[in-house]
Amino acid sequence: MHHLRKILAIVAKDLAAELRTREMLGAMFVFALLVIFIFNFAFELRAENQRALAPGVLWVAITFSGMLGLSRSFIREKDRGSLEGLLLAPVDRGVIFLGKMLGNALFIAVIDFIVLPVFVVLFNIPVTALPPLAVIAVLGTIGLSGVGTLFSAMAVHTRAREVLLPVLLFPLIVPVILSAVKLSAAVIDNLPFAEAQQWLSLLLAFDIVFAVLSFLFFDYVVEE
Amino acid sequence: MKHHTHLMIGLFIVTGLLMIGAIVLALGVAPDPVNLATPTERFAQRIFYFHVPNWWVGFLAYLVAAVAGALYLISRQERWDAVGVSSIEVGLTFNTIGLISGSIWAKPTWNTWWTWEPRLTTAAIGWLMYVGYLILRSAIENPQRRARFAAVFSILAFLDVPVIFLAIRWWRTIHPVVIGAEGGQGVGGFALGPTIQLVFFFCLVAFTLLYVTLMLVRLRTEFLSQRVERLRQHLMFR
Amino acid sequence: MIEIRGLVKAFGSRLVLRGITLHISAGEFVTLVGPNGAGKTTLMRILATLSRPTAGQVLLGGCDLTQDPMRARHMIGLVSHRTLLYDDLSGEQNLLFYAQLYDVTRPKMRVEELLRQMGLWGRQRDPVSTYSRGMQQRLAIARALLHNPPILLLDEPDTGLDRHAAMTLGALLRQTDLGRRTVLMTTHNLEYAAAWGERAAILVNGRIVFQVNRSKIDLATLRAQYDHYASSA
Repeated sequence: MHHLRKILAIVAKDLAAELRTREMLGAMFVFALLVIFIFNFAFELRAENQRALAPGVLWVAITFSGMLGLSRSFIREKDRGSLEGLLLAPVDRGVIFLGKMLGNALFIAVIDFIVLPVFVVLFNIPVTALPPLAVIAVLGTIGLSGVGTLFSAMAVHTRAREVLLPVLLFPLIVPVILSAVKLSAAVIDNLPFAEAQQWLSLLLAFDIVFAVLSFLFFDYVVEE
Repeated sequence: MKHHTHLMIGLFIVTGLLMIGAIVLALGVAPDPVNLATPTERFAQRIFYFHVPNWWVGFLAYLVAAVAGALYLISRQERWDAVGVSSIEVGLTFNTIGLISGSIWAKPTWNTWWTWEPRLTTAAIGWLMYVGYLILRSAIENPQRRARFAAVFSILAFLDVPVIFLAIRWWRTIHPVVIGAEGGQGVGGFALGPTIQLVFFFCLVAFTLLYVTLMLVRLRTEFLSQRVERLRQHLMFR
Repeated sequence: MIEIRGLVKAFGSRLVLRGITLHISAGEFVTLVGPNGAGKTTLMRILATLSRPTAGQVLLGGCDLTQDPMRARHMIGLVSHRTLLYDDLSGEQNLLFYAQLYDVTRPKMRVEELLRQMGLWGRQRDPVSTYSRGMQQRLAIARALLHNPPILLLDEPDTGLDRHAAMTLGALLRQTDLGRRTVLMTTHNLEYAAAWGERAAILVNGRIVFQVNRSKIDLATLRAQYDHYASSA
């Protein structure tokens, strides 16, 4: 119980810091919008069926802007040594991981929810697709945040810092991107649920397995 | 040390002979598969004797690295980190050769250099992952931290490979499934006769031995460089 | 209170600490001086459970650091040359957050008490980024004292402080409330080391090469010893 309180304290702390400056959410939001605008505009003359390309565009926007948030996550802790402050406290490393991961997932989910309506409008997708798309977005976001939080903590301890994060993270989260794209496509094309079910299982399995693995490995990343 | 050197030379000779044998058998002795229509296809098929063992070695190398990673995290012994990085460097070399040789085979058979087929795509993503591993290592100066991060990454990456493969396989497939399938499915697939099998397994053994040899050489370099580093530190901070 | 025995730390093959043995009794204020790269920060990080010793043993109040780090963390307050604070949060938010991590009972009261003590009450709602370096350092000390730890580790707390701010810091450190704690402080500044500590030690190249009690310290002696050891390294 007191573990949960501390996890939430870390999330609340990240949220409070972000709400004061809003610089990260702002940048993530603008970046996601840019991706959607640019693709929508670029496909306009070339592609017969823009809607067929829509799921891919959505997930490029989410993963790229998510990457921005993830890389900030531990840079923020490193600037004034507050990561050491966290590690000094009598708190399990797992609690710190879960707090950071939850915070990251929350930030990316906020972007998901703001971007989805814009996406639906620009690609001319029925509004009824919004709720299932939101669910998929959340599941995909959890998949990103698990390994993403671990790698963000790793990247900040290297010389390359934020440059390294996408290089490490993108190949690993290919299953998340693929299943999220397939699921989004199934929703947009109004396919029966049975056709998308295996992708849902894959996404859920990845979310759980890789979040647990990252949780277990976090200790090795922050220790010295 | 001297004793080791003799063993190494012996291993070099055996591996060399086996590799020469593999080339002779694959290009000269093995018969053409019966179900391939054009001479180009029959000719291109012979890459199979190198391409598949090559992939096997790549996979083996990444497996060894993941196991070495786990052993490092448990024991904190520098030598497991050396095994990890050596194995991944060797594996990455085979991975690169596999991508190129596969591409050369795909051109006459599938009429394209590249296609987003599961094995190809997995290989390409795996390649990117392990190049990322090397970049990660090069960006960390503290040797213990480098070893820890590398170990964590090599385990995660290896566990991710089957998941990536599964995901891409569901996407779509045209790669021939030769082993464990009837008569070879997919474009460019073929049946394995007894001689073909024999030659294939000979090549498999030769390549595995090649991996062991390269691994030992690379490992020796790594151990030597760790020793040089220790001596250097010893002199600098005496 | 702090018992360090044969402490060794290696980064790879590089030895940073080469067998440190140091005993600090309860309530004592010890200062540690040494040139850059002597291993001061590494020693502090090990005492603060942020880094594992390669060999040797550290007991804090009888509790082995590596065996029960959680208990040790309750006993330690660390002030580093970085603030360990969040610039975008206010002073009060920072302290309340850390108070939650330390399970401080009645966090609001404790935070207000500390902010008043450090002369920061009135600015508690402002983001830390608007504080002067001296104020930030006082807030960092408040952070370290939140859970009322018996041991205070100060790693170059005078870094970046002007003379006046450093004097304020020195006065603060000798307040009666702080005086009850066991304090280990590293610094580059021999003057502060001689004036603030009850005992001064010189760390050069991973070894403690010289120790002297306050009654016998005068700045000139300490400086002479320091120059002698630092130049021979």
